[in-house]
Amino acid sequence: MNRDKDKGKVLINRSFIMIVAKLVLLSVIILRLYYLQVYQADKYKMLADENRISTRLLIPPRGVIYDRNGVMIASNRQNFQAMIVAEQTPNVQKTLDEFKKIMPLSDDEESRIKRDLKRNRSFVPIKIKDNLTWDEVAKIQLNAPDLQGVYIDEGLSRDYPFGASMAHILGYVSSVSEKEAKADNDPLLQVPEFKIGKAGIEKLFEKDLRGKGGSLKLEVNAYGRVMKEIERIEGVPGKALSLTIDSRLQEKAYQLFVEQEQSGAAIVLDVHTGEILAFVSAPSYDPNAMAKGLSGKEWKELVSNERNPLSNKAISGQYSPGSTFKTVVALAALESGIVKPQTRFFCSGKMQLGSHAFHCWRRTGHGPLNVVEALMHSCDIFFYETAQRIGIERIAEMARRFGLGKEINVGLDNEKPGLIPDKKWKLKRFGEPWQQGETVISGIGQGYILTTPLQLATLVARIANGGYAVKPTFTKLTDKAQIKKMDISSEFLDIVKQGMYNVVNVPGGTAYRSHFNINGQEMAGKTGSTQVRRITMKERQTRILRQDELPWKYRDHALFIAFAPYDNPRYGVAVLVEHGGGGSSVAAPIASAILQEAINLDIIK
Amino acid sequence: MYKPYETTIKNQAQTLGEKFANISFSYVLYITILAVIGFVVLYSAANGNWNPWAVKQFVRFAMGFVLMIVLALTDIRFFMRYAYVLYFITLLLLIAVEVGGHIGMGAQRWINLGIIKLQPSELMKISLVLALARYFHSTSLQTIRTLPGIIPPALMALFPAALIVMQPDLGTSLMLIFTTVAIFFAVGVQLWKFALVGVGALSVMPIAWHFLHDYQKNRVLTFLDPERDPLGAGYHIIQSKIALGSGGIFGKGFMNGTQSHLNFLPEKHTDFIFTMLSEEFGMIGGVTIIVLNMLILIYSYAFAIRCSSYFGKLVAIGLATNYFLYVFINTAMVLGLIPVVGVPLPLISYGGTVMLSIMASFGIILCVHINRNIQIGKD
Repeated sequence: MNRDKDKGKVLINRSFIMIVAKLVLLSVIILRLYYLQVYQADKYKMLADENRISTRLLIPPRGVIYDRNGVMIASNRQNFQAMIVAEQTPNVQKTLDEFKKIMPLSDDEESRIKRDLKRNRSFVPIKIKDNLTWDEVAKIQLNAPDLQGVYIDEGLSRDYPFGASMAHILGYVSSVSEKEAKADNDPLLQVPEFKIGKAGIEKLFEKDLRGKGGSLKLEVNAYGRVMKEIERIEGVPGKALSLTIDSRLQEKAYQLFVEQEQSGAAIVLDVHTGEILAFVSAPSYDPNAMAKGLSGKEWKELVSNERNPLSNKAISGQYSPGSTFKTVVALAALESGIVKPQTRFFCSGKMQLGSHAFHCWRRTGHGPLNVVEALMHSCDIFFYETAQRIGIERIAEMARRFGLGKEINVGLDNEKPGLIPDKKWKLKRFGEPWQQGETVISGIGQGYILTTPLQLATLVARIANGGYAVKPTFTKLTDKAQIKKMDISSEFLDIVKQGMYNVVNVPGGTAYRSHFNINGQEMAGKTGSTQVRRITMKERQTRILRQDELPWKYRDHALFIAFAPYDNPRYGVAVLVEHGGGGSSVAAPIASAILQEAINLDIIK
Repeated sequence: MYKPYETTIKNQAQTLGEKFANISFSYVLYITILAVIGFVVLYSAANGNWNPWAVKQFVRFAMGFVLMIVLALTDIRFFMRYAYVLYFITLLLLIAVEVGGHIGMGAQRWINLGIIKLQPSELMKISLVLALARYFHSTSLQTIRTLPGIIPPALMALFPAALIVMQPDLGTSLMLIFTTVAIFFAVGVQLWKFALVGVGALSVMPIAWHFLHDYQKNRVLTFLDPERDPLGAGYHIIQSKIALGSGGIFGKGFMNGTQSHLNFLPEKHTDFIFTMLSEEFGMIGGVTIIVLNMLILIYSYAFAIRCSSYFGKLVAIGLATNYFLYVFINTAMVLGLIPVVGVPLPLISYGGTVMLSIMASFGIILCVHINRNIQIGKD
């Protein structure tokens, strides 16, 4: 009995210990609850929100671009895409087969769709095909019963209504590259569908055109399925942009090149402001295709084309200015006082300097001429003589004053500076002193001298406007006071302009065939042709081959700079036709047609 | 003077009505409140539907409730008399499942009886307590304090525990061992023996580790460092802590648990139901559950202490310990205090077998209380 009592006592004692231990352990649970739910609640609330809230960036509509008359030249087009949601169709393959009956899918497309379907959860919409036409959209909707799980999604994609004609101005947009994403911390660049300006105005004004991304907060479940929208913050659409381009003139100028299958560049400026009215580089490419993405083959074709459609010849092409440079030499000569307006030099067709003979393009010679006549006939001997007398430094200084030899900085990529050589440059570049023969050929714009078509347009605009240092620009000039009067006598400018007038309007002028008269409005200009091959002694002795006898890439570049109307200049133009043959026969007619169009359109009121 | 057979029966004979009146209604009330909370949470877990879980759970609770009353009204000497028989039958079933499990494909833990699936391991938790209670009831304190005195009960526990660990069901097996250890402690086994076994267990741990299944090893490793595998095994613990913590003091509101409803929380209607409840009802909800369970335990121990028979005391303590282990292991697991072992929260987690076995335990504990004045001989 006693022992039983002890046994019972032990049990009771130990029971108390046990119940207390259990209550203590359960209190630990309560403490733990307190720790997690009160002490660390904020941390876990944040983690829970991170779990359930998925933030998506909304791509703002890109700013549209207008020409000077409010015509849209870059816009956002609705892009219809056919999407498929795997879980909404009983049989994905069957639905795709039905889809193919309506619209063929390439093997590439089909394998991409299948890969995307495999990689994503069944509720994620997968793109079947984009850029659908209205007809295709209608067809899909008509066949909706056979196409379970297929729906049409609308997006925005960039559209360039003028296509290739403005590609070298506007550039294009395309998917963000890794390098671009690194350089810019705007989160929009992380969005896979986002497209960024890759070239031209699209790149130059990227920040303005882009706008600010909005955000969409969604509640998602553990599998990523969207349950509901929590918050939507609309972004700021990109700013619209107006360019100084006149789309009619641009189209006309571009078509002139296309019709004649020529490659080259043409720039039209408002001579008083520098506003660019037309800016052509031909051949060009289709920016709409670029925005969609090119296939490897298409890309290869573009890159390997010998006429180089991707290069912007207006700013990246550096050419000898040829005889167009005689305007600069004439101004330098007149300013030096060494050559007076009435000074005449005799052209015999040939000039001897030491052992070397320099020829005029006219083998029989021009006889005695003054500066105006020399410009009109583009006499080489006159300018050889002149250059020799005034020296390279005066010529180089005048060239630089008119915008040659250095980038204009119009804002587009790959702008080249051209080259205006002088003695210092030669010594630095080659370690050799300047030769007198080099001065002589510089007098007719050959030798080391290189200019871009845009620089030539700047040159002609500055001559035409009476010596104001206008600078080409794609956007409207807000402050005309920025344009400074250059240090150049208007008397000398008038003499050069007279010469340029005669080139076009006096029979015997090198571009007489391109003259026009629209209600008294006439053009003045200067031709230029530059050899891209060396004429050998042997060829000179027998017969110099005609341009059309040469293969395309050995033909001369044809140049023409002009302005109109002569009395009251408004438009300045520079035309370069690569391997076009002669300036007077190929470039001048194009410039003439462009200026006539500008006058008829009456662009600058 | 001491007449084991006659006096006990005659003196305390109660009518069925008297017995019924002796049921502790507070105790039944706490149990019912917990079950009702369970229905509500299951309704939320099904996104505001009584199906598929809440209705079935209610039916099981109702069945369990009837079972509880029936067992409560049973004569306690019946349990004493058939304790060993029940133990051996359960053991046979366990062996049958083990053998059948090997014949059939994969691990099978139950025997299909048509209406319910009988899980012998669950039944063993009760049978073992009854059998051990009977053993210690009939054994003197001196014997208990000798080594030969504790070898038979130790084997009684280890044999089924070994069978269950092979199923493999580490959680149930450990619960069986813990319950046995608790009973050994209660009956007065010397503390140094526990210490000795404890040290022994620690020293064989590296060997035992070797025999664990990979998923069991993973659970332990993941418990030690949940970030080790945030998308795999650690995912459950991490998501459970996020759900709990984000619930705060007052919770996100009924049916508003984001972690649960957006499926970040796994097993929200079974093992992780405490997490879901604490997410939606906050710390208030969690503490309510714990306090109700504390009350149930306090009552159970009170019943044990007031019971006059050693068998009754030990049965109540053993079953209460078993219940406590469920509650503690489950809540500690979802709170990230111990590894994930797959133990449900009794009365609340969705699941039939545990509901029935727990309700049966409560029935027997109530029976101990109703028969508190009955003396039981040492037969």
